[in-house]
Amino acid sequence: MTKPPMLSIHDLNVWFGDPPDRVDAVKHASIAVAEGASFGLVGESGSGKSTILRAVAGLIDSWSGNLEVAGRTIHGARRDRQFFKTVQMVFQDPYASLHPRHSVDAVLSETLRLQGIGDVDRRINRLLDDVGLGRSFRFRYPHQLSGGQRQRVAIARALAAEPRLLLLDEPTSALDVSVQAEILNLLSDLRAEHGLTYLMVTHDLAVVGHMCDRIAVMQHGRLVEELQVEDLRRGAAQADYTRGLIAASGSYRAGG
Amino acid sequence: MTNTMTRREWLLSDAPQTRRQARLGAFYQGWLTFRANKLAMLGLIILILLLGMAAFAPLLAPKSPFAQDLASRLQPPSAEHWLGTDALGRDILSRLIHGSRITLFIVGTVALIAPVIGLFIGTVAGFAGGWVDQVLMRITDIFLAFPKLILALAFVAALGPSIGNAVLALALTAWPPYARLARAETLTIRNADFIAAARLQGAGRARLLFRHIWPLCVSSLIVRVALDMAGIILSAAGLGFLGLGAQPPMPEWGAMISDGRTYILDFWWVAAMPGLAIFTVSMAFNLLGDGLRDVLDPKGGAK
Amino acid sequence: MTDAPLLSVRNLRVTFPTRQGLFQAVRGINFDLGRERLGVVGESGSGKSMTGRSVLGLIRPPGRVEADRMEFQGQSILNLPERRMRKIRGQRISMVMQDPKFSLNPVMTVGRQITEAYRLHRRVSRADAHAKALEMLRAVQIRDPERVMDSYPHEVSGGMGQRIMIAMMLAPDPEILIADEPTSALDVSVRNEVLSIMDNLVRDRGMGLIFISHDLNMVAQFCDRVLIMYAGRIVETLPARELHKARHPYTQGLLASLPRLDAPQDRLPVLTRQDSWRDGDPIAPHADTDLPGGLR
Repeated sequence: MTKPPMLSIHDLNVWFGDPPDRVDAVKHASIAVAEGASFGLVGESGSGKSTILRAVAGLIDSWSGNLEVAGRTIHGARRDRQFFKTVQMVFQDPYASLHPRHSVDAVLSETLRLQGIGDVDRRINRLLDDVGLGRSFRFRYPHQLSGGQRQRVAIARALAAEPRLLLLDEPTSALDVSVQAEILNLLSDLRAEHGLTYLMVTHDLAVVGHMCDRIAVMQHGRLVEELQVEDLRRGAAQADYTRGLIAASGSYRAGG
Repeated sequence: MTNTMTRREWLLSDAPQTRRQARLGAFYQGWLTFRANKLAMLGLIILILLLGMAAFAPLLAPKSPFAQDLASRLQPPSAEHWLGTDALGRDILSRLIHGSRITLFIVGTVALIAPVIGLFIGTVAGFAGGWVDQVLMRITDIFLAFPKLILALAFVAALGPSIGNAVLALALTAWPPYARLARAETLTIRNADFIAAARLQGAGRARLLFRHIWPLCVSSLIVRVALDMAGIILSAAGLGFLGLGAQPPMPEWGAMISDGRTYILDFWWVAAMPGLAIFTVSMAFNLLGDGLRDVLDPKGGAK
Repeated sequence: MTDAPLLSVRNLRVTFPTRQGLFQAVRGINFDLGRERLGVVGESGSGKSMTGRSVLGLIRPPGRVEADRMEFQGQSILNLPERRMRKIRGQRISMVMQDPKFSLNPVMTVGRQITEAYRLHRRVSRADAHAKALEMLRAVQIRDPERVMDSYPHEVSGGMGQRIMIAMMLAPDPEILIADEPTSALDVSVRNEVLSIMDNLVRDRGMGLIFISHDLNMVAQFCDRVLIMYAGRIVETLPARELHKARHPYTQGLLASLPRLDAPQDRLPVLTRQDSWRDGDPIAPHADTDLPGGLR
């Protein structure tokens, strides 16, 4: 018996605007993410990697193709509660993804209520413990938090519904490297504890190499290549573009 | 002394322990910012005095605002009549004090109605987009196309002159700028990540609008209302001046100026005293609005 | 060429009043800049950007800049009146900021911005300024400078915009260039190109470069000497090629916390911040006044 993949994207097209100004952001993209896997989408800005995440999450309605989450086919931009209990997203900029006038408590309790989960007080404390913040952070406002702490709150919000698939949109690119390490560790731990599946978008090959087992490279809205992380490490990429990316990100890493 | 210090620390704590402490702390931060603005404090004090004056008008006023004394008409300011008397021998100070109630009534009602209409129309238009946006904004444009006072005049002419109708007319003509402002704010907020995140929790449109977008629009609206207040007082006074607002013998400040107009060269105080009152209150609202901007403007309020 | 530093800073402090008292963004740092490429590295809030801005007199009140010494070629530039600072800023000390989108004027063509910036500092005819602008655009390896001159900032890509900024800033031949995260907004492939262009120009003209960045490895690759800042102080100074020999635990921690493609590990080492880092003495291979010998 073969399990259906956690997320299956087949022949996905995403566009913005109407002709003649239509811009095709994603063209004929197909990927499959197995349950429990950590899949990386790599590309430069404008390659359409974040657009795929947003289309899956239902934040963009102009798409065509076939989307399946945990065996259920998805249509249009409407998503039901079942979907939100399965899929959640962490955004790139923790300064933009938290409502400036809602405290941590307000953010998490609203989420729990919307998901129809009771026992809010205890759950909030546990979520905060889970993401390594602790209870003293519960009543703070975003402006009283550092970037890393904000991202932890955003992760707690995504975890509140106990999803199975997390969409991670450059979750550390706005953070300092030492904080990035903490957040990446947290994400690894959470994946192990909760058996989560990750679909992670990033421009940083080192991050994707650290976090993911399978990687797809995107350029100008198309998938250029899909490869295992070991091949990426060995530099055994097939496509010229991927090799160029590896060279570019490695050139100053080599050091003097 | 130590007690107040610890209370201050409790309020300014970066790690509040309860919901109440967090809320009070945020409020206290705003108060500190506001207090640092001396002129805004002056505005606030003037407005508190105005409120007190309105509340205790019968106790404060030395005479009845309606008592006529034709023997002592058009008296200059004196010990008997601090601000002089008008053409019917009524004490101007008493009329001003009682008139503060009318001013507050006008200002208060307009400030409640106009921004709420504007906020609702603006945020719905901005958030819904598409044809809803088009229809609502064209209606707004139609209202904006007429000069405010002329439109208000037309309303009052149709409804009949009275203070209530004047207020209604002012409110109906004052909302379009708020709608524009609210729509502009909504358009910038609508695509923010935190709205997308709330949507991913399954938040419906109404919840997004009222719980997420409104709180961010309200603060800039409050600032705008406080700054517009002076204009509203002046418009109300203008309607009163034209005889379309408060009806005699009500001591409305604009109508009082109108009464004094005939004697302005020989008996200047009849028009000047209510004019000064209007000026003071308008200025107070303006100063208050400036201070509120420091507190509520999201751009400045981050730190 | 004398050995006197281009820029000499002693005990620089930048403070901002806040409700909780004075916030010290920079707490007494010393450094000299020769005709070299000096990297300033630190995390957000370490005071690295404030250091660059204070040199250019860009700290706005109520922020305060104090120093025992802040000299540019022997002349004090500490808290100069704005009118005199303007003669230095842009002409003798230039700055390239992080995002070209915000530093270029959106309603003016690129060519006009470069020529006007140039004419502000040099009294030359419009034609000469135009020629200079073209030359500068060629210097930053823009292939089609005539066309770029006539385009508006939104019509050029991020990498192109940053090259235009560099061209604009280097046109008056400044002696010092301060680059504040000049490539953070750029994609990796473009980043290297922009860096090498900047590198060449700085070398050719014998300028002093202050390169402010959060990216340790990039700075190490690209600079001669690196200052590592933590909480408003310099915790370590070392030659860039000896970065891997860093002795300060903060520097070591920063280096270790980067994921590496070539060396996979299960968990990334996490920095445990020590209070002693805030006030300890900086670690330096040489005395602070000892300038390493210019360009490699």
